[in-house]
Amino acid sequence: MNFVIPDFYPAAAELFVAAMSFVVLLSGTFMKDARNLVYTLTQITLFGAAAITLGTMDGQVNFTFSNMYVDDLMGDFLKLVTYFSVAVVLLYARGYMRDRKIETTEYYALAIYATLGMMVMISANHLLSLYMGLEMMSLSMYGMVALQRDSVKSTEAAMKYFVLGALASGLLLYGISMIYGGTGTLELSGIAQVIYHQTGNRTVLMFGLVFVVAGLAFKLGVVPFHMWIPDVYQGAPTSVTLFIASAPKLAAFAMAMRLLVNGLFELAEQWQSMLMFLGVLSIVLGNLAAIAQTNIKRMLGYSGISHMGFMLLGLMSGVVGGDRHFALNAYSSSMFYMVAYVLMSMASFGVILLLSRAGFDAEDLDDFKGLNKRSSWFAAVMAMVMFSMAGIPFFIGFFAKFSVLQAVVAAGYLWLAILAVVMSLIGAFYYLRVVKLMYFDEPTDSTPLTATADMRVLLSMNGVAVAALGLMPQALMSLCAYALLASL
Amino acid sequence: MDFQSVVFYFFSTVLVLASLCVITARNPVHAALFLVLAFFSASGIWMLLRAEFLAIALVMVYVGAVMVLFLFVVMMLDINIERIRQGFWSYLPVGALIGILMVVEMSIVLGGKYFGLDAMPAPGDVEEGYSNTKELGRLLYTEYVYPFELASIVLLVAMIAAVALTLRKRKNVKVIDPAAQVAVKRDDRVRIVSMPAEKD
Repeated sequence: MNFVIPDFYPAAAELFVAAMSFVVLLSGTFMKDARNLVYTLTQITLFGAAAITLGTMDGQVNFTFSNMYVDDLMGDFLKLVTYFSVAVVLLYARGYMRDRKIETTEYYALAIYATLGMMVMISANHLLSLYMGLEMMSLSMYGMVALQRDSVKSTEAAMKYFVLGALASGLLLYGISMIYGGTGTLELSGIAQVIYHQTGNRTVLMFGLVFVVAGLAFKLGVVPFHMWIPDVYQGAPTSVTLFIASAPKLAAFAMAMRLLVNGLFELAEQWQSMLMFLGVLSIVLGNLAAIAQTNIKRMLGYSGISHMGFMLLGLMSGVVGGDRHFALNAYSSSMFYMVAYVLMSMASFGVILLLSRAGFDAEDLDDFKGLNKRSSWFAAVMAMVMFSMAGIPFFIGFFAKFSVLQAVVAAGYLWLAILAVVMSLIGAFYYLRVVKLMYFDEPTDSTPLTATADMRVLLSMNGVAVAALGLMPQALMSLCAYALLASL
Repeated sequence: MDFQSVVFYFFSTVLVLASLCVITARNPVHAALFLVLAFFSASGIWMLLRAEFLAIALVMVYVGAVMVLFLFVVMMLDINIERIRQGFWSYLPVGALIGILMVVEMSIVLGGKYFGLDAMPAPGDVEEGYSNTKELGRLLYTEYVYPFELASIVLLVAMIAAVALTLRKRKNVKVIDPAAQVAVKRDDRVRIVSMPAEKD
């Protein structure tokens, strides 16, 4: 019956974001034409949250809210990357949203709530808080996809996303209920303990695990739960596609880490084989299907599927025959891959946004024809990003792929590494096709680019970061490993 | 068989049959009404499990609010059943295969010894004056306050999204603003123009 008021200090960033979200909502409601103010407030929210997360970081694992919330270095690191990517995405999206008259207060409010949902997921130590965070993020994103409500494609994409997302949530919940039935607790560290002491019921747990992994696979968008990705990526406004393709992937990674590594680590042998199946299918199907696309958003969607599959290969090589020596290396390579993917994804969709203007969406591959003649610098940025995604040395994407492959080989799956390399080679074809279109074809459209100065600067920096981090990936890699060290 | 078992089997039978009817009924309105029946029987089973608050909440929230709303939507929409049933036979083999697989797996896991009365014994008798509602409330506002508050934000998100998707500010609507009418001054309406006298 004794109840102690929970310690709010570790969760200060979440509380700050929640409080600021109301400020944003109200200022948008009561001011006429508050777009600039709301935008500024949203950015202040993200920077403030980053400052608080940095300020409250102490390198220890703190639990609060009856052990439902965990504050550790991995969470802090992923949250910082999340704030950064959301802030950049909102800046990129601004001109695009304004041209289409959907730069509303609701858009920024939904973006903040999606960020809050991601933060909750990243810091979840309880299946209930994990699920609440997931729903908060997903619901906000369904709304954002449908914002362009007069567009039939957008509405269709939102509908598909919503229905399939609800189905995936149902699968996840069913799995969670089975895990609860097998262990008698919803707390992730508690679940780990029950399984460790062999008091839980294995069969029921396995049954639950299958559903949980299926729900997770949907959120990550890996084969065979990938059907929504191409349609949603294509149908959503490009700025929202950019949003979906960046920070939520980090949150999904955090969810995988919390659920599988923090909670169900004793069942690693079982979930690793499931992840291997998902990863191999994703790499093969993602790369092959991307070749046939003429719409660049769709193409990047399929490329995202293959990247997520690649990331899963890192997650599945943590435990070999009960030996956990590889775990840190494998998981940190996955995390590095995820951060690298978010960086590349932001830059690639950023260039698409740069080419779009009022009344025109640069969606087709043909819109990239002769970009070099229109703006040689941004053609170079896009080329760098494409090289990086293809895994050509020495860009960040190469080292991301390299470190994952290292983990896979260390775990003894040589055939898997060879398959991944071969599929990446096939994948290089469609990335390099974009480069060929930009440099060797004549432009069909010679309208000058109309992006604002801040977007140009930031996009340039983003492109340079893809190259610069490729030259010195060691710092980021060791940061990932260090962040994970305490959480394993 | 004691009285409780009889009641349990009665509610369970009704629940299963009603659920079957939900998915087989041709008329969507009938399907919605069968769903109401299913909720009622489920709340009866919860009552047997001594979860009286959940049972009442199920009836009030789902039957009273959600299903009535749902029924209205179903009645308002012009649902073309023929179009929904299109492709039923072509999807049937895959759907049936997956469905049967799921049922077999579920019956292996759920039907076996794992969820029997030995593994999950019924809760013991509670002392006099024990209130299910009070206990739930205590937990909700103490131990589970974090997910509870998160749930409230999720609902807020749903509200914002619904407003963002449906609110249309119409232009050129001849609506009068009473506040502006009351606040009007003489100077806004009447303009005194001084004109030189006309000399002819």
